[in-house]
Amino acid sequence: MAAPGAFLRRVAREWTRHARGIHDMRESVTPDSSQKRRTLLQFLSSYFHDIEVLREYLLRMEIHKMHWKNRPVSSIQEKYGPSIAGALFVLKQGGSVKFRDKEWIRPDGRGRFSSEFLEFQGVPVEAVDASGCAINYQGLDHLLPLKELRSLRLRRCPNVDDWCLGRLHPLAGSLQELSLAGCPRISERGLACLHHLQNLRRLDISDLPAVSHPGLTQILVEEMLPHCEVLGADWAQGLTLRREEQPRDTGSPVSA
Amino acid sequence: MFRRVLQLGLGPGRLTRGLGTRRGSFTLDWEAQVLEVKKKLRSILPGEPLELHDTSHLPPEHSDVVIVGGGILGLSVAFWLKKLEKKRDAIRVLVVEQDHTYSKASTGLSVGGIWQQFSLPENIQLSLFSINFLRNINVCAEHLAVVDAPPVDLKFNPAGYLVLASEKDAASLENKVRVQRQEGAKICLMSAEQLQNKFPWINTEGVALASYGMEDEGWFDPWSLLHGLRRKVQSMGVLFCQGEVTRFITSSSHMETSSREEVILKRIHEVHVKMDNSLEYQPVECAVVINAAGAWSGQIAELAGIGNGPPGTLQGTKLPVEPRKRYVYLWHCPQGPGLEAPLVADTSGVYFRREGLGSNYLGGCSPTEEEEPDPANLEVDHDFFQKKVLPHLAQRVPAFETLKCLMHPQVHSAWAGYYDYNTFDQNGVVGPHPLVVNMYFATGFSGHGLQHAPGIGRAVAEMVLQGGFETINMSPFLFSRFYLGEKLQDYNIL
Repeated sequence: MAAPGAFLRRVAREWTRHARGIHDMRESVTPDSSQKRRTLLQFLSSYFHDIEVLREYLLRMEIHKMHWKNRPVSSIQEKYGPSIAGALFVLKQGGSVKFRDKEWIRPDGRGRFSSEFLEFQGVPVEAVDASGCAINYQGLDHLLPLKELRSLRLRRCPNVDDWCLGRLHPLAGSLQELSLAGCPRISERGLACLHHLQNLRRLDISDLPAVSHPGLTQILVEEMLPHCEVLGADWAQGLTLRREEQPRDTGSPVSA
Repeated sequence: MFRRVLQLGLGPGRLTRGLGTRRGSFTLDWEAQVLEVKKKLRSILPGEPLELHDTSHLPPEHSDVVIVGGGILGLSVAFWLKKLEKKRDAIRVLVVEQDHTYSKASTGLSVGGIWQQFSLPENIQLSLFSINFLRNINVCAEHLAVVDAPPVDLKFNPAGYLVLASEKDAASLENKVRVQRQEGAKICLMSAEQLQNKFPWINTEGVALASYGMEDEGWFDPWSLLHGLRRKVQSMGVLFCQGEVTRFITSSSHMETSSREEVILKRIHEVHVKMDNSLEYQPVECAVVINAAGAWSGQIAELAGIGNGPPGTLQGTKLPVEPRKRYVYLWHCPQGPGLEAPLVADTSGVYFRREGLGSNYLGGCSPTEEEEPDPANLEVDHDFFQKKVLPHLAQRVPAFETLKCLMHPQVHSAWAGYYDYNTFDQNGVVGPHPLVVNMYFATGFSGHGLQHAPGIGRAVAEMVLQGGFETINMSPFLFSRFYLGEKLQDYNIL
């Protein structure tokens, strides 16, 4: 066997490459290439206590990495102000930022980005696109001081859950567009606390796997936010079609 | 095997010392031990009847801590004891629960709300600690994450908690909100017009002021928390036993206080755990007993001799926790409040919340002292809903008027559960008893034990392991306040 250090690193890399969020470490559905290695470790850990401790260690490391990415950057905040600190946080995670009257700042394929925004003192951040980033409840600390944020996109973020949505109410004054498409941990309970965002005009809640009844949720959210255009599941989704009739013609079987 | 028999004969000192360290006590009864070992060896040989008693269904004979009661408070204490111990597997913990189906336990029958709107700073801190715990329940590896198990889904609804106050209560509500904000809770005050704008389905007649939690308040599923905790606690090595505690074996010592008064201090040495449907019991030797028996804590305290004495003295002060029955009703109303409806607590004491996506609502009301139902069973009184709950509900939310006018009542179901009601001041008891020195309480929270359970568990574990409260100062919740007559009143009890 190779040196234990190299083995550990290889295992950890395999793990992290195929695990998008920490909970994927525990699920049984995996891509084929790591199927064997995952079940081998699982198999071994039911016989050897050392392997069990190793798996617990790897799990802890994953969680620690997520916390490290979302750590507060108070030194930057003091020096440059909350908008630039928030923008720096988003860019480091791999998202994009748009200041008012400026172009979108995106990191390139390697994660590098231009540092011209450090001179944008006093220019508010207008739009944040944190799609696919590992932002979580802790990391939202950096976005909440952006009082003039108009558009927030959190598509396919693996760590954004109902608790994070409950925290968005300070942005109610300015937020007009919110996109939550594809987030695996948002359910209809978190969507209920979006009612604070009264200025919202566009809300995207399509493709949320944890929402149990997408059609019904869509109707309830539309009722909750009357001035907002809600994109998401078609309300007829999940309803059985009658033979030779279009869903739109049968009328709404859901009350009110 | 023969070598072992030879060693038995040749090394008396070594064997007794060996046996002594394993059992934890030094014994001089050499003959009886040799006989016992010979009997065991003989029963292993084929052809002999297995005389070894099968004790796998009984709890162990020794345990460092015995927790009486396996509900949310007992499991929380077990979790924090194992989490805060200095070395791995340093403390043996046994949880004794009389009913593993939890059919009467208050945890499973609870409405599951969590809020920070209390008037005592300690209660607010407990709520904040608990909500942090619940938020990080899967994320921090320190909490309930177990490798290979699905994450705990609490089904938390962050819809908030809305308290409505009439004219006469408006000033005290403002003061309370100030205290809550000082402790760090995010509560906002709303006037009647703002309330009408925000929640158009409310009838604001009679409401002068309302306080609404913006974050970290709502309700969750108590069963998932209970099972998540149970799974984690089992993975940490805590033993579970289904049985009933019937007796405590105690010893007393006479001590003198500095003012020359005589005081009798008791210490519990053994807990007798009786198995279900049989007369068999197991004496469990223990160092610390934790009373987390919920509605039955009063009976457990009486078993330990708390309250046996002339009334008015410390010996005669009973644990004032008794079971009180509370009803919860589930009804359907298609035109009711929408998805944004919080847990609403009306001026009259009636509360309700939404349940699920299908226009179902849960709610109830605490009866007054005169109307207290008999806690002997968990039968539901449907008239209570019609007479006491529905009038106030319909007045506050006009959409619920439809519940009155229909032929068949729209109450889908109802259930009853116990509050571990503290008749003294409706707040919990935490910490050791002054006279029975190794019994610790974690009970009496009268309806908000579930939402404070993580914080209380940590406080009791810190008291047991470190001798004092460190995270949250729970000294106002000690038992001695019943004797000294200091009421710890919180005015936001549902």
